Amino acid sequence: MTATATAPVRETAAPEAIRPLLEIRGLEKRFSLSGDFLEQLKFKGGKLVREQEYVHAINGVDLEIQRGEALCVVGESGCGKSTVARTVMGLLHPSAGEIRYDGTRIDDLSTRALMPYRRRMQMIFQNPYASLNPRMTIQQTLEEPIRLHHPDWSQQQVRDQVAEVMASVGIAPDWGKRYGHEFSGGQRQRIAIARALAVDPEFIVADEPISALDVSIQAQVLNLLMDAQRDRHLTYLFITHDLAVVEHFGTRVAVMYLGRVCEVAPTATLFATPRHPYTQALMSAIPRLEDDRPQHIRLEGEVPTPVNLPSGCVFHARCPHANARCREEVPALIASDDGARVACHAVEEGRLD
Amino acid sequence: MSLLEVNHLDVRFALRRGDVKALRDVCFSLDRGERLGIVGESGAGKSVAAFSLLNLIAKPGYIAGGSIRFDGQELTGMSDRALRKIRGHRISMIFQDPMMTLNPVLTIGEQMVECLKAHRRIASREARAIALRKLEQVQIPSPEARLDQYPHELSGGMRQRVIIAIALLLDPDIIIADEPTTALDVTIQAEIMALLLELCEKHNVGLILITHDLGVVSQVTQRMLVMYAGRVIEQGPTREIINDPQHPYTQGLMNALPQMATPGSRLNQIPGSMPSLDNLPSGCAFHPRCGFTQRVDGSERSACRSQVPEFVTSGNCRVACHMVAEMLERERIPAEETAR
Repeated sequence: MTATATAPVRETAAPEAIRPLLEIRGLEKRFSLSGDFLEQLKFKGGKLVREQEYVHAINGVDLEIQRGEALCVVGESGCGKSTVARTVMGLLHPSAGEIRYDGTRIDDLSTRALMPYRRRMQMIFQNPYASLNPRMTIQQTLEEPIRLHHPDWSQQQVRDQVAEVMASVGIAPDWGKRYGHEFSGGQRQRIAIARALAVDPEFIVADEPISALDVSIQAQVLNLLMDAQRDRHLTYLFITHDLAVVEHFGTRVAVMYLGRVCEVAPTATLFATPRHPYTQALMSAIPRLEDDRPQHIRLEGEVPTPVNLPSGCVFHARCPHANARCREEVPALIASDDGARVACHAVEEGRLD
Repeated sequence: MSLLEVNHLDVRFALRRGDVKALRDVCFSLDRGERLGIVGESGAGKSVAAFSLLNLIAKPGYIAGGSIRFDGQELTGMSDRALRKIRGHRISMIFQDPMMTLNPVLTIGEQMVECLKAHRRIASREARAIALRKLEQVQIPSPEARLDQYPHELSGGMRQRVIIAIALLLDPDIIIADEPTTALDVTIQAEIMALLLELCEKHNVGLILITHDLGVVSQVTQRMLVMYAGRVIEQGPTREIINDPQHPYTQGLMNALPQMATPGSRLNQIPGSMPSLDNLPSGCAFHPRCGFTQRVDGSERSACRSQVPEFVTSGNCRVACHMVAEMLERERIPAEETAR
């Protein structure tokens, strides 16, 4: 890092260290399925009524991320994990709830007011084939965010910063003149990471950053992300469906199902003692390299549609331990002694032991 | 003799700038009821290997040499007409994306009946009864109703079950499954894999499973091939390769898995990436990324750069690696070594 060029004044003082870097409270996100006003009108029983249908992508998520940790969010497709990432970054507006970054509410800020936060939080996307502009050289791609966030910097300062970030992620200087399509998936993801790091962020949201890559390349990119975390004191919100990666990379894990968080725990605790029945089923489904054929926990049916949410616990229809209370009452996240928080009536009542 | 025998298979793609060798010297066999895994990263040639078995490689791809013998018949050079009797009937295929493989404008029942009628003289009612029975076998809830549903009405896992039912319709001898669960979630993947395994065992159907997931291979298959840049570099019993990989690439692949490292530590990455097929390195295609091109005493093993390694037998496995060959050679003549 060129010392003169990039010494952003960090507003974070010592007492704020206890405060989480990011707080998500009661976050909800609905997507309308019904189109515009005219398409919502329907005839019912001889009367014209207005009907609206929604996909309930996130239904009340509470999370906080501490400085320096890597919070992994896992879940199956459609559980809302990517929507959480996009809402945190301000790419989507939440339908309800709030997001606080370093103590300040950011979800209702104007684009202009959000700019300083945009510099401090950056995103890495899943598909490096789609996230790089095909008409820009790598040099231009990496310069763009710096010029946007530091309009007062000289040409030389910008170039120095790009050279520094390229070196730190292992990109050869001669890549700068080339275009995105000339690189393989792993190399492109390296460039996407360089772009995110170019403005010296402190918080990175990574949405399935290694899912599109081959095994040997996954290891390279994961190592790069871990090196960057160590060298730059980064905080990660890491979205993935791969539990093996979570176990390796995550400080804490949040398991999501149908737009709700069903369990949050420190990684070692979660893998040693998964408590929520869904977490248990998810963990038992990972194909292991070991010899024996493990009996995975079979769930009844499939994930219900997020259009008509089940009453009570969203997991009750597939849960082997569900009873009348589960069908009616939404379980809250309840903390246990070892730092885990679980949203399950059966766990709370001790029915599972 | 094995049910399926592939010998020295060479597949090329004729491009304007010259032929690209997609498969080179691929040899393997499959016994009746045996389950074989083909593992490799994207571009290694595992899908081309599977597709060429049924001559499904599209132009400009062509089989340049080698033989594929199935149940005593030679499949390379067989007429399309003759091949159609085998394809989908005695050897059937399951593809990766369940949405792409089902016809969206036909009901499940129509597609299954169509498939049966294409291969057998059979009455529609009878075909429908067989279709229903197969749907029951793949444990689809309310199979009767599914027959009249369209693919878009089913979830991804359900569609993949339908595709397995279609693959089983004509009681094939071999099913080739190309990444059958890659598009699915882990819990659904576990169910589909358990189902495929159960059905193959019950009906004594051979399975060729193509995947990049070493966990899946180790749970489902009995033998496996590891492919790199169009060649098989290691093959043998799955357990032995998983527990004790010989080829430096297989070792690297296994060691790169997050499961293999202590949480939070650096992963053992393989440097670089797979070479493109039209610009292969000389000698062993893996040598630029290999950490074993130097001997323990520091001298360069020049064969890695100059010679394509032959297969050597190590235990029950066959490995194409100069380093392994040298080690075996040394073990074979320990007496001379010690005498010196």
